Amino acid sequence: MIHEHLEIISRETIAKDTVEMTFKGKMAQENILPGQFLHLLVGEGSNHMLRRPISIAGVDKQKSTITIIFKLLGEGTNTLAKAEPGDQLDALGPCGQGYPVDELQMEHALLVGGGIGVPPLYYLAQRLYEKGIQVTMVAGFQNKEQVFYEEAFRSLGDYYLATDDGSAGEKGFVTDIINKEAFHFDQFFTCGPTGMLKAVSTQLANEEGFISIEQRMGCGIGACFACVVPAPDSESGYKKICKDGPVFRSKEVVLA
Amino acid sequence: MNLNVNLPGLDMKNPILPASGCFGFGKEYAELYDLNLLGAITIKAATGSARYGNATPRVAETTAGMLNAIGLQNPGVDQIVEKELPFLAGFDTPIIANVAGSTVEEYVEVARKISKHPVIKAIELNISCPNVKEGGVQFGTDPELAKMVTAAVKEVSNVPVYVKLSPNVTDITVIARAVEEGGADGLSLINTLTGMQINLAGRKPLLANKIGGLSGPAVKPVAIRMVYQIRQMTSLPIIGMGGVTTAEDVLEFLLAGASAVAVGTANFQHPFVCPEIIQNLPDVLSKYGFTSVEDAIGKGHEHADSNLSRA
Ligand SMILES: Cc1cc2nc3c(=O)[nH]c(=O)nc-3n(C[C@H](O)[C@H](O)[C@H](O)COP(=O)(O)OP(=O)(O)OC[C@H]3O[C@@H](n4cnc5c(N)ncnc54)[C@H](O)[C@@H]3O)c2cc1C
Ligand SMILES: Cc1cc2nc3c(=O)[nH]c(=O)nc-3n(C[C@H](O)[C@H](O)[C@H](O)COP(=O)(O)O)c2cc1C
Ligand code: FES
Repeated sequence: MIHEHLEIISRETIAKDTVEMTFKGKMAQENILPGQFLHLLVGEGSNHMLRRPISIAGVDKQKSTITIIFKLLGEGTNTLAKAEPGDQLDALGPCGQGYPVDELQMEHALLVGGGIGVPPLYYLAQRLYEKGIQVTMVAGFQNKEQVFYEEAFRSLGDYYLATDDGSAGEKGFVTDIINKEAFHFDQFFTCGPTGMLKAVSTQLANEEGFISIEQRMGCGIGACFACVVPAPDSESGYKKICKDGPVFRSKEVVLA
Repeated sequence: MNLNVNLPGLDMKNPILPASGCFGFGKEYAELYDLNLLGAITIKAATGSARYGNATPRVAETTAGMLNAIGLQNPGVDQIVEKELPFLAGFDTPIIANVAGSTVEEYVEVARKISKHPVIKAIELNISCPNVKEGGVQFGTDPELAKMVTAAVKEVSNVPVYVKLSPNVTDITVIARAVEEGGADGLSLINTLTGMQINLAGRKPLLANKIGGLSGPAVKPVAIRMVYQIRQMTSLPIIGMGGVTTAEDVLEFLLAGASAVAVGTANFQHPFVCPEIIQNLPDVLSKYGFTSVEDAIGKGHEHADSNLSRA
């Protein structure tokens, strides 16, 4: 992990309240794994004493750029979205442990993402695709307006889409698609809201896979104990999401 | 410029130390900068046995601050002594152990064990914990209990004891007086102020524990006032803290009467804040006409009327 002022080189709204931002910086040369995140300072002075964790959605080592995608939620993400190309952003990264793409032997990966859990899976899909692994992506969004990166995912493998209201793809949840399609895969990788993570990891309880979880963070580097999750089989009984995660083996941690 | 300060047990290169709970046991920040730069380090609270702490979410952001309800999560004193302290032995920086407990016996056990370790140069006695035997009343809000636990820990500790005062009291000078009578070697203040944030959409307190401790710049005026008041009634050395983010803030605490200044929440916003403050301190001191840290301590009282009235 390094500390760097990253320069914003592009900012674009890619779906309703959803911003894609690309930075230039030396950090892109670090060995960044999908699932790792940036811990971003927002605003000035004492406005925001806590940084915002945002997943890395893409890395281009040649151009030395890092891309993130975030949803406008509260003050922090709204302030972040106002930063202009040319501005510098104070970032810590890459933080945490990502999906161990280089260590996994497999032929077929199932990726399941919900809403703002989709961005890290795009970088994962790219890395898996480069390794010649067959990728199936199942994405879930609230409605058509929220959907992003559909074409980008389609260029890397099979893509299935579900929306809560049926305005795009199939009406229903990602779990409905998994039920219906009965995919064959070696490992699954999922990221999204806790409710979805619980449903997916219950549904795929007999399969091997990884989940990526969110929690409110303080330090983002493992020093403050804000972000723990129970891990009954570990020595200490818990894991720190910011340092030991946010990616875990699906059976390693107990979701609240 | 001479930034040295010498306090009971603590021979400090400069007056800056990270506050307990905001710096873990040092390892994570050691990956970012050289811990030898720091005046001292206060480590996370230790209890008798491991504690898991509260449910999540444990932190919330507030205007110029944050709420936390970590719940004293720590691996327990034995594990800390065995697994965390050896790493800190590699630095030429005094380590302060923050000691917590639910009974006087627990405080005594933790203080005895941890103060034996050679890296520990002082204890910071965290009396903001509820006493289970006394029906949950906080040690830090009852002068008799505060005095009793201070005296009990003083008896077993190999190193000087700084008592960390809770600001959640009507008159902090009463507690300061009580722990001084209990034999405290110094005082440390302030701990967090209790607070709450309610989530509008969820219609319930945001923290799982409902109530949390407020810290960060929002609490600084409260902390300055308390350091100032206590400086007026005792000559015990004070480690001041609460909302420090800059070298100017440090000078304000020195003027109020602190001899050393701890930085907590600001580490989360700017992980390099402690070395940056240390670097800026000489310029800020000379800008305001001081030639050393010692020179500035307590100077905010020179024109003071000794009768402080409550606004
Ligand atoms: C490891 C990780 C990766 C993430 N990746 C992304 C991503 O790629 N894209 C994206 O849009 N969002 C992502 N999030 C969620 C993102 O951090 C929050 O949406 C954001 O912090 C909200 O900030 P705010 O000021 O707009 O909202 P507010 O609600 O005003 O924030 C108040 C406080 O709560 C925290 N907070 C609020 N919601 C969350 C949440 N869901 N998770 C963690 N902290 C939260 C904020 O950081 C802040 O400290 C990720 C979270 C984590 C933990
Ligand atoms: C996340 C967090 C954890 C803390 N843990 C402890 C602790 O274990 N023991 C303690 O005495 N104080 C603890 N504190 C209080 C700080 O040490 C400090 O007294 C307080 O936060 C005020 O300083 P600040 O405004 O610079 O943060 C904690 C504070 C925070 C924010
Ligand atoms: S956010 Fe501080 S330990 Fe994870």
